[in-house]
Amino acid sequence: MPRITLTVNGGEHTLDDVEPRQLLSDVLRERLGLVGTHVGCEHGVCGACTVLIDGRPVRSCLIFAAQAPGRAIETVESLAPVDGELSPLQAAMHEKHGLQCGFCTPGILMTMTWFLREHPHPTRAQIREALSGNLCRCTGYTGIVDAVEAAARDVRSV
Amino acid sequence: MKPAAFDYHAPPSIQETLAMLATFVRDDRNVKLLAGGQSLIPLMNIRLAEPEIVIDLNGLEAELSYVRLDGSTLRIGALTRHHHVADDPLVLAHAPLLAEATSLIGHAAILSRGTIGGSLVHADPAAEFPLAAVALGATVTLRKLAGARTLDARDFFLAALTSDVEPDEILVETVFPVMPPRSGQAIAEFSRRHGDFAIVAAAAQISLASDGTLADARLAVGGATQTPLACAELLDPLVGSVPSDGALRGALSTVAALVDPDADIHANADDRRELAVEMALRATRRALERARARLAD
Repeated sequence: MPRITLTVNGGEHTLDDVEPRQLLSDVLRERLGLVGTHVGCEHGVCGACTVLIDGRPVRSCLIFAAQAPGRAIETVESLAPVDGELSPLQAAMHEKHGLQCGFCTPGILMTMTWFLREHPHPTRAQIREALSGNLCRCTGYTGIVDAVEAAARDVRSV
Repeated sequence: MKPAAFDYHAPPSIQETLAMLATFVRDDRNVKLLAGGQSLIPLMNIRLAEPEIVIDLNGLEAELSYVRLDGSTLRIGALTRHHHVADDPLVLAHAPLLAEATSLIGHAAILSRGTIGGSLVHADPAAEFPLAAVALGATVTLRKLAGARTLDARDFFLAALTSDVEPDEILVETVFPVMPPRSGQAIAEFSRRHGDFAIVAAAAQISLASDGTLADARLAVGGATQTPLACAELLDPLVGSVPSDGALRGALSTVAALVDPDADIHANADDRRELAVEMALRATRRALERARARLAD
């Protein structure tokens, strides 16, 4: 079975015996131990598995790991600058009660990290639209929208 | 669930892809082409599709991802991803309907991977690009090892989820006519949630003469028939006039008689028939407003 090299969070990982049918989400979790990427619906609807590939959000359950060599993959594990600290967006999610069970949170963090890079001064309507591809079934979205808004302010102030 | 096992090939050129495809088809192997994967991979994950062989087309991006202006046409390579279509200056200038359509296709993560060629071949009856291709009178070019053929988008869609692509063919390019001067394009869609498939959608292009009268119309409705329904002829009686909103509504009310929608959990047939008229009206109205705004061009 083929050997592939993935570039994840700036590091290169060479993996043997990756079956072609293995989804990137499963390889991140099971082979690299990056279990922050959550797997929900496995057909591209819930958004929990969203990672960034070459800077854009991608459903990691809708791409085979064999398709990802040579691409820059970013997962939720890359967000905090050092262990024990949080990115501005993560801190805002904590402060604004943007999560309860946390299952959808990694996908939301990655989608919104991309969104804030593209739209540093978003309106609430833009935030809501950008969030529409990520399902949250417990917190509701108000706290998350508040958090993204606060993070945008925070990033601007630093 | 996880996909069933398959053999994976990622050839680096169109020529090698076509040769490989020809061999597998000749040997009667169950082969699927993988483009953006936003429809195929869900089907594989839930095992509605279990191809024996997957040929990944993503190695052909250098050859098949482009938007080019060529005389009075806009040529779009099949592997051009939705987010590239959305942001392309040539698309925005010459076929803005396509950029507007991407905003309705799905969420950012889907736009990152999905391709225009994949959407057209997949031929979902409610999908936006097939609708736009039929409305605007696009052509598609298909290639196989032995040669190429080009056909009208209106002939390309055969039934729901069925397009006229042979097992050994690849859709390589779609050609859209450039929007004429004094014209506007618009898409209108009804869906339950943002980013969902449309229940019914319509796309229109309205072109005006310099005196503001209707010169030409293009119109199609999606989601109410098995394949997008071209129905610009309904506006023919208004050509040469300055169409009032009442005249538009009158002309388009007959859309209801042209469609034969299925009922499902999302909407019953009567709702879909009513939506077909309303979406056709909204798309036409908005295209007309935009054409009027460009009357000075």
